[in-house]
Amino acid sequence: MNFFVETLVGGLLAGVMYSLVAIGFVLVFKASGVFNFAQGSMVLCAALTFVTLREKNIDFWLAALITLAIMVAIAIAVERVVLRPLVNQPQITLFMATLGLSFVIEGLSQIAMGASVHELDLGIVDTPIKFGDIQVSQFDLVAAATAGVLVVALSIFFSKTRVGISLRAIADDPQAALSIGIRLQTLWQIVWGVAGFVSLVAGLLWGARQGVQFALTLVVLKALPVLIIGGFTSITGAIVGGLIVGAGDSLAEIYLGGLLGGSVSTWFAYALAVIFLLIRPAGLFGEAAIERI
Amino acid sequence: MSGPILQLRDVSLSFKGIQALNALSFDVARGEICALIGPNGAGKSSLLNVINGVYRADSGDVIFDQQRFVRIHPTRAARFGIGRTFQHNALFKRLSVRDNVLAGLIRHSRTTLLEHAFGVGRDRSETREFGRRADDIIAFLELPRHRDAIVSTLPYGVQKRVDLARALVGRPTLLLLDEPMAGMNQDEKREMSRFILDANRTLKTTIVLIEHDIGVVMGLSHHVVVLDYGRKVGDGTPEEVRNNPDVITAYLGAVH
Repeated sequence: MNFFVETLVGGLLAGVMYSLVAIGFVLVFKASGVFNFAQGSMVLCAALTFVTLREKNIDFWLAALITLAIMVAIAIAVERVVLRPLVNQPQITLFMATLGLSFVIEGLSQIAMGASVHELDLGIVDTPIKFGDIQVSQFDLVAAATAGVLVVALSIFFSKTRVGISLRAIADDPQAALSIGIRLQTLWQIVWGVAGFVSLVAGLLWGARQGVQFALTLVVLKALPVLIIGGFTSITGAIVGGLIVGAGDSLAEIYLGGLLGGSVSTWFAYALAVIFLLIRPAGLFGEAAIERI
Repeated sequence: MSGPILQLRDVSLSFKGIQALNALSFDVARGEICALIGPNGAGKSSLLNVINGVYRADSGDVIFDQQRFVRIHPTRAARFGIGRTFQHNALFKRLSVRDNVLAGLIRHSRTTLLEHAFGVGRDRSETREFGRRADDIIAFLELPRHRDAIVSTLPYGVQKRVDLARALVGRPTLLLLDEPMAGMNQDEKREMSRFILDANRTLKTTIVLIEHDIGVVMGLSHHVVVLDYGRKVGDGTPEEVRNNPDVITAYLGAVH
């Protein structure tokens, strides 16, 4: 029983980190109706920038601040150069643009900072902590707490505030939103800036765990089942989806791994996502696309 | 300030050879309710779309508040003080009534993003102020009962009123209403007329509206402009228009 709880807790903690990445997607999706393929390269870019600055012996917070400034600059540039000329184009065009963008960001980051694997030490001691009979990794706990705080802060910010209302208004009816004076461009910059910030935090946490390397871009692929399960348009969905994927992954690895010959966690989330697509295509919290005839 | 708030000078617009507006000129005086009437396809909606910048006129001038423009983007029009509602409701259907109304205030926000994100500086007072203005207009249009309801769950007539609330909350100098009473029964029309009159009198909003119900138009407006095939065939007080022979042939004459 203890072993089960331990696995479950570990999985849920990892799940919070999936939620963090998924939220970046949800925000961009709500604001522009497009799956932002470049999110993964933004994670890589943020982590790579940060680790390069750290290796030059720059102070932790200063490095974080500079990286954040760079991510915001990227967000503004993306809005100006990529999104603004594509206003009113079909969503598939925007999607292709983010696909192209992901290669540009990936390529430029690696030209500027190299492609070697960097170790990233955030100064969190990774010794297990005991809660009664249950052992939990301290790093996982800190990472989950950080991600959790961020997730809650973002979901409050994007629901209660003026920016939140703008975001939901644009997601609901872009034409009407424009006609009452909501600025699409500003909102896009904000949303991409926040997506950049989320990428930074995700890049640090994932980078510290796996090393800062090209494979960080694959975080995108892990976020996809989270979004399918939770729904593309819901921040709550991203949180719950992340937890389900995290817990499902680690439980499946332990309990099905033996039966099916291991590495269950590489495909389990996708299998789960397929089941959700069959039963509830809009995801748990997504809005079903009902068209009036 | 006096003088017309809106002047149209020889405004023309065509779509693929169809002349939607043909050298149209008229003035809207400050503080009046001006009704645009005319058969379907007369160019009424096109005209509203030119005024708030959804369409660009092929030629001619639109002069709003002494400022001349050929085309203004809808977002800028809203910031200039031109509010509008749509023929087919364009409310945010998945948001509550109050959030819809608050959305109408977003363009008036003066706080920076950082103040807003951390709820410091002017943000608190602005949030309170916006909340108060939204609640005032909700009360003004007798919507408090529906304040927290999701718009898509409300009856059509109430939705139309929410649309009016969202347009009014930003205190536009000019309000364009595209068929505010379409699909309403007589009681609902009477109620809506009352709200439009109230807005005009109490909030001093100049209103340009499109309406098909001649009875409603004659009772509500100070000024009537009659369009037929993109041309102006009548322009004057309801009395003048009612007695204008051209109007009678073009439009009112169709008594069966």
